[in-house]
Amino acid sequence: MREGGSAPLSRSAFRRSRGDGPFRYASTGAGILLLVIMAAIAVFLIARAIPALQANTASFLTELTWNANASEPKFGIGALAFGTVLSSFLALIIATPIAIGVALFISHYAPRRLASFLGYIIDLLAAVPSVVYGLWGIIFLVPFMRGPSQFLNDYFGWIPIFGGDQVVGRSMLVGSLVLAIMILPIIAAISREVFLQAPKMQEEAALALGATRWEMIRMAVLPFGRPGVISAAMLGLGRAMGETIAVALIFPATFTISYEILSANGNSIAANIANGFGEANDIGRGALIASGLVLFVITLLVNMAARWVISRRKEYARVAA
Amino acid sequence: MAKQIEVTDVDAYYSGHKAIEGISMTIDARAVTAFIGPSGCGKSTFLRTLNRMHEVIPGATVTGKIRMEEQDLYGADVDPVSVRRTIGMVFQRPNPFPTMSIYDNVAAGLRLNHRYSKSELDGIVEESLKGANLWNEVKDRLPKPGSGLSGGQQQRLCIARAIAVRPQVLLMDEPCSALDPISTLAIEDLIAKLKQEFTIVIVTHNMQQAARVSDKTAFFNLAAQGQPGKLIEMDDTTKIFTSPSQKATEDYITGRFG
Repeated sequence: MREGGSAPLSRSAFRRSRGDGPFRYASTGAGILLLVIMAAIAVFLIARAIPALQANTASFLTELTWNANASEPKFGIGALAFGTVLSSFLALIIATPIAIGVALFISHYAPRRLASFLGYIIDLLAAVPSVVYGLWGIIFLVPFMRGPSQFLNDYFGWIPIFGGDQVVGRSMLVGSLVLAIMILPIIAAISREVFLQAPKMQEEAALALGATRWEMIRMAVLPFGRPGVISAAMLGLGRAMGETIAVALIFPATFTISYEILSANGNSIAANIANGFGEANDIGRGALIASGLVLFVITLLVNMAARWVISRRKEYARVAA
Repeated sequence: MAKQIEVTDVDAYYSGHKAIEGISMTIDARAVTAFIGPSGCGKSTFLRTLNRMHEVIPGATVTGKIRMEEQDLYGADVDPVSVRRTIGMVFQRPNPFPTMSIYDNVAAGLRLNHRYSKSELDGIVEESLKGANLWNEVKDRLPKPGSGLSGGQQQRLCIARAIAVRPQVLLMDEPCSALDPISTLAIEDLIAKLKQEFTIVIVTHNMQQAARVSDKTAFFNLAAQGQPGKLIEMDDTTKIFTSPSQKATEDYITGRFG
């Protein structure tokens, strides 16, 4: 502290900035509020699920029926969880390569004007409500896929997933196809953003070494974009797992565990909730909420796995970012 | 291993805007040619026309003739990819591939062209790193990421990567501008050694560097901002720095402008 005329100046120069306090409290408050809401949801779901689980006369994990509204409730999550995971991963396997191709075309191959137009279309597709995809799936894709499904069954039936005696339109495969089409835009849109950010320096390094465009993409763009593409795929997977209306319209709502994706199998946790919630009694609702909790846990596990995959090569990823 | 380049009346454009105009010169084999001149005079642009990297930028075009020995680099049947394999390039900022190890960085260009056996690759990687005066510093950590090296080491790694594919010509775009004086000295020593084998063209803002490393110096200038850059004169480095024939060159090297 100095004496004299300079004192007021130094006081004002070093005073804590006025905007900082409120902003800090506001952001901390928002963070805490988020945690409180999450906790409240979890507590509510668990509180509603426990009575139903206690009333269940069968094993929740292994039972392959869903009679939660009966006087002696019998229901199990096995078939639903299996259907959710299988249909989502099928959708992911179908959608991701196509989405990466689309994203690369927009970011590195298409002429600039076409690229911005296509980017706009992709964003538009990502915004289409899922019920529209579902209706399109049931009205167009289900009849359309009968032929190809029959073909797969006839000629590739020796591969277990294409096996089975009866081929139907409303199958696991068609449901997964609709899911794939739904999640493709989001994966493509995020991947495109990531690929566009690939450092020009490394791209030029690759080209100057005599790389073709595809080799340049392999050397400088894909390694850089890998964590981003994985995140995009996980977002897509999350959307596929939580998707309700589209699959509720298409899946035949069976309670079987079968790898035969062309047969009349298929159901998912979300579809089951949508189909059953309206006419459920108290125990039935509790049972559906319990299944929702399982979906939540599955999504959490998938996301953790994705984070682990991304962080595994941190030594490289950190520098690339 | 080294070839001469003949440039005749080259113009280069960025989406219609003319960046350089009417450049003709001969770049000697097994010698270092330095390009100097004020910022924006088109020396880097011209350098990039030499290995057809200019046209990588959307909307960028080149007219005129560039021949390496008897080969027209802009001939209709010439694949720019193969030109870049013959004429290597080192950039202003060190740009090793961040996701690759030191070893893989050096081997990156080799793996594009052919299939080499493991022992062949090992040999060329070692030879290239030795050629770039980097071997002793990295030989114990070849599988580590190249981005863990210091700036000067990264730049030498990029030089090793460029010479690993055995180019005829090595273009260097201000290779020392992001480096400290010690690393700069290391690169300059390296350039003196590399010119035994390669034709080297170096763009530099540092006139002492041009005077130290080059045999020939080309001075570029532009009449005014927005005008295309032109080659003012090109001569032996000693001549350019002692008795240039153009007034503009003398003004520039004596620090009167630029």
